[in-house]
Amino acid sequence: MASLKDLRKRIDSVKSTRKITSATKMVAASKLRRAQEWVEAARPFATNMARVMASVAAGMPRTDDMPKLLAGSGKDQTVLVVIVTSDRGLCGALNSTLVRVARRRINALLAEGKTVKILAVGKKGRDALRRDHNQRIVGQVDTSGLRTKITYADAQRIAEQITEMFDKGEFDRAVIFYNTFKSVISQVPTEKQLIPVAIPEGGATKLEGDASYEAEPDEGEILTELLPRNLAVQVLNALLENNASFQGAQMSAMDSATRNAGDMIARLTLSYNRARQANITKELIEIISGAEAL
Amino acid sequence: MADKVKFDLVSPERLLRSEDVDMVVVPGSEGDFGVLPGHAPIISTIRPGVIEVHKGTAAPDRIFISGGICEVSADRCTVLADDAVEVATLDRATLEKRLKDAEEDLADAKTDLDQHKASTAVSVLREMMQAAR
Repeated sequence: MASLKDLRKRIDSVKSTRKITSATKMVAASKLRRAQEWVEAARPFATNMARVMASVAAGMPRTDDMPKLLAGSGKDQTVLVVIVTSDRGLCGALNSTLVRVARRRINALLAEGKTVKILAVGKKGRDALRRDHNQRIVGQVDTSGLRTKITYADAQRIAEQITEMFDKGEFDRAVIFYNTFKSVISQVPTEKQLIPVAIPEGGATKLEGDASYEAEPDEGEILTELLPRNLAVQVLNALLENNASFQGAQMSAMDSATRNAGDMIARLTLSYNRARQANITKELIEIISGAEAL
Repeated sequence: MADKVKFDLVSPERLLRSEDVDMVVVPGSEGDFGVLPGHAPIISTIRPGVIEVHKGTAAPDRIFISGGICEVSADRCTVLADDAVEVATLDRATLEKRLKDAEEDLADAKTDLDQHKASTAVSVLREMMQAAR
């Protein structure tokens, strides 16, 4: 049996662990509320943009000179996998689940003979994929500066990086992986296609009669303005959802960690008291039997 | 037909405005246009400039936007802005400083992409200065 001193030391260390986990939980809880607000606030733009895109695309003749972002490069050989993860851990299986989903997809693509390139946004995903797909990681985005606020400009920067690679013909198709926030206890790994852009079907505004939109300057011009923005909005949405997921996952992970630490302290305190009692009894017996011997 | 235009101004990060107004003047890339109820449906790109929102007889609200897309249908006007600031909150002194910084960036720009970005920033800031006057 462990000595009294050892037990006391363990109790102290578990207590300080509990302090850390419960503080982290509370921080995550307060950040979660803000993270959810951001996701909510970003929604009107995305819905309006989807509607406008559908309206423009509906009025646009299907010709060969469609912007490449919309039509694709005509091939389907190289796939860019963008994986959005958090920078920090202490969030349960959030990142590892996402990485597992992404890895399964990557392996499936490789089995089909496709070339896969990986763009890692956030540290955890990069670290996890570096083990078996190191040579496929073509870039990484440092998101450590985004801890306080995720802005459109940040998303735009990532989107520009992706577009630049696409324009150089480095890949034909891009998909993005991130966690969608459903609730504090449920975050869903999500896969979405970024390029070629999928036009939402039937989302176009219904106009009275058979009137159609007049486009100024013209549909093509508008699309070239719209598509990069759409890409940035998709990335922004992924970042925001992932951020909310992270805070939620961290909150529930730290909640159960705090509870476990409490249980452990109770158990350790019990055996500490038992050991102390045993010591006292032993000493008493020694004294009594010593006195009897005289 | 409604006698008001439902005006929505959204930026990627949030919904800035959603209200019924009498008229909106939008700085389209091919020239400014006013949107009154019953306007013909149009989708237009926007150049950096000031959106004027007219409500009642009061002086119009002026909002600066740095670019975006505008969609107009009979009773609705939706502006998807990259970035939007109330003109009243623009401050000339800070703008001048930002403009100077941006001009320096332009002078330092090496690649085509950097140059393009810097020159866009400069023209947006120049428009902002104009608006703030």
